[in-house]
Amino acid sequence: MRKSIILVLIILILTFLHFPAYGQKVEKIKIPELEKILKNPDNKLFVVNFWATWCPPCVKELPYFEAVSKEYDPDKVRFILISLDFPSQIEKQLIPFLKKNKVTQSVSVMMETDYNSWIDKVDPSWQGNIPVTLIFNNNKNQRIFFPGELDEPGLRKMINSFL
Amino acid sequence: MKKLIFLLAGSLLVTVVATASGPFKAGDSATDFSLKNVNGKNVSLSQFDDAKGFIVVFSCNTCPMVKKYEERIIDLNKEFSSKGYPVVAINSNDSNVSPGDSYEGMQKLAKEKGYKFEYLYDESQEVAKQYGATNTPHVYVLSKKEGELKVEYVGAIDNNSDDASKADKKYVRDAVSALLKGEQAPVAGTKAVGCGIKWKKA
Repeated sequence: MRKSIILVLIILILTFLHFPAYGQKVEKIKIPELEKILKNPDNKLFVVNFWATWCPPCVKELPYFEAVSKEYDPDKVRFILISLDFPSQIEKQLIPFLKKNKVTQSVSVMMETDYNSWIDKVDPSWQGNIPVTLIFNNNKNQRIFFPGELDEPGLRKMINSFL
Repeated sequence: MKKLIFLLAGSLLVTVVATASGPFKAGDSATDFSLKNVNGKNVSLSQFDDAKGFIVVFSCNTCPMVKKYEERIIDLNKEFSSKGYPVVAINSNDSNVSPGDSYEGMQKLAKEKGYKFEYLYDESQEVAKQYGATNTPHVYVLSKKEGELKVEYVGAIDNNSDDASKADKKYVRDAVSALLKGEQAPVAGTKAVGCGIKWKKA
């Protein structure tokens, strides 16, 4: 019995290894990579959403990001989802979730669980609640930090106000 | 764009006004409350005659971040209640928005997990608003000083939500240990990542 469970586990693990999330892979990032995203000097609008599979309001707004991201030229507006899922649950929770929900946007997962070492770098006013969304174009000095849930028209409106 | 900023600033202002007494930070005086525990009895902090202070934890039944920290909350109570700093957990989530956070759910959880500390129901959400709690778990370490409740630390339990054994900054534990020695909490506040409190729909 125990052997068969282990066998099933091995097969499951191999399956995940061989079939990464829907057409894209999850990038594991830490503070330097996060800062690189936040300080990107390109003349491009970045839409960065912090979320987690364990956060129901985040999961609710995910399809809005998915839909809106398809409406813009990726050279002009770049969407990045940064997951705060627990590092120990990437394989068994996050990746299956992305696959099941057919998420096509690029997903990074923050491997730094000492939140206080980086949360202020995103925005000093951020209290640690998710979802939050940061929209910026460093080249044009445009920036908005939105704590809380967004709906599809709200997200579109915010993006359009910068274009 | 300008309009949007005004709109956002406006909504922020409304939030600030609505929670005029919070958010509490270290150095502030905290308010007492009277909330129903899982045995149907009303509990206030003033009833704890022997307490030197409290570890007030805004918690709930459902949040995965609370689940991650649940054993650590139980351990904090085990370690510090006998020394005068009991854990007092409060569930402020609206059960219409989050059905798993009902009073009955609290009773079930407290029984299942063998909570040795009070688990209180903030049905009106007034206490969470007064304290300025935003997430679960969100901790307020309070001390009793000259008949008043003083806020000593606000924030996260430690610096590794995923793995307790890898946490090398145990904020709450360090704060209470310092207070017991007559010292100040080494860190006055951190940010607590967690599930947003499920506020009632207006």
